[in-house]
Amino acid sequence: MIDSLSPTKPTPKQPQAEEKLTAKVTSFELKKNDKYYAWLFLGPSILLLTVFVFFPMIRTFYLSLFLTDTFGNPTVFVGLKNYTTLLKSASYMASLKATGTYVIGVSVFTIVFGLLLAAMANQKLRGIGFFRTVFTATMGVSVSVSAVFWLFMFNPSIGILNQVIKSFGAKPIMWLTTPSWAMVAVIATTVWMHLGFTFLLFFGALQSVPKSLYDAADVAGASPRYQFWHITLPMISPTMFFVAVITLISGFKSFGLIDLMTAGGPTNATNLLVYRVYKDAFMNGNYAQASTEAIILAIIIAIITFIQFKLLAKRVNY
Amino acid sequence: MGIELKGITKTYDQHEKPVLSEVNAEIQDGELFVIVGPSGCGKSTLLRMIAGIIPISDGVLKINGQVMNGVSPKDRNLSMVFQSYALYPFLNVADNVAFGLKARKMAPAEITKRVDDALAMVNLTEYRDRKPRELSGGQRQRVALARAIASDSKICLMDEPLSNLDAQLRVRMRSEIRELQRKLGLTLIYVTHDQTEAMTMADHVMVLHDQHVQQIDSPLGIYNHPANHFVAQFFGTPQINLLSARTAGQGAADELIVDAALHVHLDEALNAGTYTVGIRPNQMDLVPVMDNGGNATVINVEALGDQTIIEAMLDNDVEVRIVKTGQVSVDLQQRIEVSALGPAFVFGADEALIAEQRGMQDDRLAVTN
Repeated sequence: MIDSLSPTKPTPKQPQAEEKLTAKVTSFELKKNDKYYAWLFLGPSILLLTVFVFFPMIRTFYLSLFLTDTFGNPTVFVGLKNYTTLLKSASYMASLKATGTYVIGVSVFTIVFGLLLAAMANQKLRGIGFFRTVFTATMGVSVSVSAVFWLFMFNPSIGILNQVIKSFGAKPIMWLTTPSWAMVAVIATTVWMHLGFTFLLFFGALQSVPKSLYDAADVAGASPRYQFWHITLPMISPTMFFVAVITLISGFKSFGLIDLMTAGGPTNATNLLVYRVYKDAFMNGNYAQASTEAIILAIIIAIITFIQFKLLAKRVNY
Repeated sequence: MGIELKGITKTYDQHEKPVLSEVNAEIQDGELFVIVGPSGCGKSTLLRMIAGIIPISDGVLKINGQVMNGVSPKDRNLSMVFQSYALYPFLNVADNVAFGLKARKMAPAEITKRVDDALAMVNLTEYRDRKPRELSGGQRQRVALARAIASDSKICLMDEPLSNLDAQLRVRMRSEIRELQRKLGLTLIYVTHDQTEAMTMADHVMVLHDQHVQQIDSPLGIYNHPANHFVAQFFGTPQINLLSARTAGQGAADELIVDAALHVHLDEALNAGTYTVGIRPNQMDLVPVMDNGGNATVINVEALGDQTIIEAMLDNDVEVRIVKTGQVSVDLQQRIEVSALGPAFVFGADEALIAEQRGMQDDRLAVTN
């Protein structure tokens, strides 16, 4: 390059510079010794991931192409027949629908209530610090404890919910034994459990909106409602996106709560996809079908997350 | 008409002393009124009370003759520029300027026209589609100005609008804001902690300190007749020299003595006693002397090219600052004789101004007449 720029002046330093350059390049290449170190450091995580993630994943996909015996060993290769059977099955479609209802219900109500609580706690009121603590409290409650706790509340005869309903003279509700109410009950419990963390995220987001933005809007003549829609929401939209993603994914993965509260019942009304995988594999002993369901679930989550990022990333403001 | 402040007081807690006490002022239509003071003096609080962002604890605020206490900010018909600019990061420049207009549900055609005009006025037309984060500090500042212009209100409040800019840009924006204010005929209330901004921009200056108004006057009025110690020290760089002095002789006298060489002659006699005499650094003179003569020792010399600032320690352990125009060669530790040229202020025991000795504006008048 330099030669072509000044052809009349051959520079004696040129070869030296080139030598230096090649020397630099080789120094970036790994020496034989370095390769050992690389594998040494990567080793543990590769080992763990292989045993607990890669192998089960591949094994699951492998099993989904076979029929299996009661011990989960593959017997007859059937190709994609497991998939076609499953997608034609009415009960699987029902599960899919139930999961959709559950996941959307949980996400929407978690966001709405989380934001509502955060907006309330963000007001400067006397004793608001107490409520800020209380609102985050569900973070400290485990799934099993909250499930049992809500089981008591949903209890048709001694549960507090029915006591209240009865005191108004209305007919008590069979919460967990009526299909549609059972779905309401599990959604309510899940939302309640998510609320603490969601509240905390939204509260943090609200607190980080600069006060001067609202002052400026006050002077400019924007009503509080206008300010909420045109300042608060856009400012916290990144948090909202994050909350939407995590509640949606955790909704798809919800297992413990279903197991403890309804065990997929009544009449499979709350038999969500994850719970179905568990039931088919470990209770019905149909490992091939369970594997197929697991793969489909993974694909669904992957697609939805992808769409979410594509769609919402455009509308998240900065 | 303009804006009238009567006994404005702000108290956050009943049991604590007010953060702002008994502020009285009249701000004329179309003037640039600067509120200046050190941080924590309550100047931003005062501005926010005028804007209506925080309530007034006591006193009356009138805008164009109407009492504005308790009127919501949007009905006060004013605009405000914030120190942080308060731009909406998710809106582009044009939408930021249009924000208030849209909130007030103005006709879209009118909004477009106002936004275009305002952006043209601050030379940001080609940046209209940028987001605030893609702008420099100065450009963000202009967006905030454009927003105030677009609101078309005749009163504009600015809260330290230049303090986030670098020194050069600050000087430029200073004159731009002043020009804009004149062109639009704005009544501009401008809060700053920078005495240079107050001196260079204002029609009138209010000096706030210790929760109280210290003085309200034109910039030169304040420089030439500072009401007390604080005001005298706050305006002028380098700082004014405040020296303890006693009257000459036994009874009332027309001469104040700081030390053997440093005397101030007064027009009228003062009662016997000790006073504080204020002399601006450029009204001090110095003569180098041999060996151990004189009344002071040079401890620091700052040569700025067009002027030289000399700090010296008087023999009674008081530091004085002397400014000489041009370049003066003085050595450190050099013995000098410091004297006063003439103009000086005399402050009483309560730090208030009690006498002036040939104020500086008198000199100017003498020349121009």
